[in-house]
Amino acid sequence: MTTLRPTPGQTIGPFYGFALPYPGGPELVPPGRAGAIRLHGRVLDGAGEPIPDALIELWQTSPEGEVVQRPGSLRRDGWTFTGWGRCSTDNTGTYSFTTLRPGGPVPFFALTVFARGLLDRLFTRAYLPGSPGLESDPLLSALPADRRETLIAQPDQDGYVFDIHLQGERETVFLIYPGQPTR
Amino acid sequence: MSTTSRTDQPATAAPLADQATISAEIAAHAAEYARSGRERIVPLLDYPPYRSSLLRHPTKAPYQVDPEKLERFAPVFGHSDVDPLEADLTIQHRGEPLGERIVVTGRVTDGDGRPVAHQLVEIWQANSAGRYIHQRDRHPAPLDPNFTGMGRCLTDANGYYRFVTIKPGPYPWRNHTNAWRPSHIHFSLFGTAFTQRLITQMYFPGDPLQPLDPIFQSITDPKAREMLIATYDHDLTQPEWCTGYRWDIVLTGSSRTWMEPTE
Ligand SMILES: [Fe+2]
Repeated sequence: MTTLRPTPGQTIGPFYGFALPYPGGPELVPPGRAGAIRLHGRVLDGAGEPIPDALIELWQTSPEGEVVQRPGSLRRDGWTFTGWGRCSTDNTGTYSFTTLRPGGPVPFFALTVFARGLLDRLFTRAYLPGSPGLESDPLLSALPADRRETLIAQPDQDGYVFDIHLQGERETVFLIYPGQPTR
Repeated sequence: MSTTSRTDQPATAAPLADQATISAEIAAHAAEYARSGRERIVPLLDYPPYRSSLLRHPTKAPYQVDPEKLERFAPVFGHSDVDPLEADLTIQHRGEPLGERIVVTGRVTDGDGRPVAHQLVEIWQANSAGRYIHQRDRHPAPLDPNFTGMGRCLTDANGYYRFVTIKPGPYPWRNHTNAWRPSHIHFSLFGTAFTQRLITQMYFPGDPLQPLDPIFQSITDPKAREMLIATYDHDLTQPEWCTGYRWDIVLTGSSRTWMEPTE
């Protein structure tokens, strides 16, 4: 039973760029490694404009479906797959990770979104298109079709594209977990 | 990048509001919250006094979902990730940074009060003059060649973190005319579950800019806001060396118990 009130969040602000991004952050595996794929997309505001000062964090299973519990994300050795990465958006609002395809029964990329102008972090999931089990996934099957689409990445030649709309007609479905305070 | 102006401008070209207008909006939100009779201990995402939030907040309610196994675990960080020296922001250059040397320490726990052990804490901040090293910071205050303003550490077995740094100065921004951020240190925290991820800001006691600041006031619950203010602790103050502040952090929930049905 949770008894303590959680510390509230605050916006990441505009000036995290010298502090949070780090070399190798978006490269969970070196580009070109066998099995390497790209997960990329744009972060967009309610007017459809790209957000050049957002930060995306990725957390995922290994291709075997294992939840990885290994250190080394901040100083990658080029061999250890840690399952976690961090990428800031560029001037076109684009983020891009090099990683491996997640495994498990209904695989997805778990994403955390931060941005200047966004007062608290947002959680979402990017599911892989065509995975068996998508239809019966408890989250996806509970959503209306147009909302469900916002959680499914699109395939491209290198991997997957997943745009994140903070607001607007195509607003991404964001998640809250049981026990978390509501707005 | 050099062609972009200061990045905290509202997306619209409308003239900037003045502090009185922003303060009136802040007061209106506070009054509405007091009238509502309900408790909301997180910041509003739709908070117009913070102009940059206008097009950057979701308008649809978040969808509540039970965490999958992946989301019940967090990434692991270790001594290969973080050097112990990174916790002292005053020794990253040849000389001593200018300003008021402080120690900031506290405990990270989950909602049950259980320590979050051996987990990553990251901080970043302006220097004592209120200037970030970030290239987009155009505040005409001096950079300090001996201060970067970024630190990392791992919590210990009992969940305690500890940084040595310089007290950051307040700084102007372009949310409205004569807008000033209260002194603050940005904090980034991980828990034992993905769902506990937190980025927030720690403030200092007695700062007169706090009531005027739309980012701080976006948390409309006064007690919740207070959780972001560190406590001056004379027992942490070291003779002839530095003053001390204590700030404890509680992450959301107790993810491990979500595996069992409750209620
Ligand atoms: Fe700041």
